[in-house]
Amino acid sequence: MDLNLDKDGYLLDTAEWSREIADQLANDSGVQLTDDHWQVLELLRNFYQEFEHAPSQRPFVKYIANHLGKEKGSSMYLMKLFPESPAKLAARIAGLPRPTNCF
Amino acid sequence: MLQQAEPQESESQKSVNQTSLCVVSSQSPYRGQSAREALDAALVSASYDLPTSLLLMGDGVYQLVDHQDPSQLPRKNLLAMFKSLELYGIETVYVDSESLDERGLEPEQLLPVYTLLEGDGVATFLATQKKVLNF
Repeated sequence: MDLNLDKDGYLLDTAEWSREIADQLANDSGVQLTDDHWQVLELLRNFYQEFEHAPSQRPFVKYIANHLGKEKGSSMYLMKLFPESPAKLAARIAGLPRPTNCF
Repeated sequence: MLQQAEPQESESQKSVNQTSLCVVSSQSPYRGQSAREALDAALVSASYDLPTSLLLMGDGVYQLVDHQDPSQLPRKNLLAMFKSLELYGIETVYVDSESLDERGLEPEQLLPVYTLLEGDGVATFLATQKKVLNF
């Protein structure tokens, strides 16, 4: 499927997002989505709806801890699912804009 | 022995505050991008674990007025970003009490995440900050 992406590879219109698109974006980045990934992606989309921006890693880890407990609310857990730059990679797969407060 | 030493250490760190950054935001919420940029600056700083504070003064105090609805504008609701500050480790937003008075605003009209600075509270507070960024 041809996707409308910005120059950094993020979906231009977050409303266009679907699970198929997420799979495609994940594949492009070499990530195979599991139930654990979906759980985090859903939380990330909830964060965006609640706070109207895509978060950097620190607040997102805290948000995950608040909702899923300390074991999953850790940088290590997030890094395992979305390697290298979790906040950016997860936002991209979740169809959100690039986190602005994250370099 | 170790237990005695620890509180002393944190006490001295508190008074030195060598890395503290205060972001001063003094424009109304949807006039230009200034308010949004100030918030972004504070969030970046806090994301890197720097002790960060946010101070609203002048027209900046309008940013925290509760129940804003900018849905008629092509703009994000800034209040939603203020609600996320706690997740970034920014526990409170400092608000200049005099600026509220001048605009006929009551503290009760604000999102309850603030600390009021009264009298020369702003000057006293800024004097404890290593760096101040103005927006």
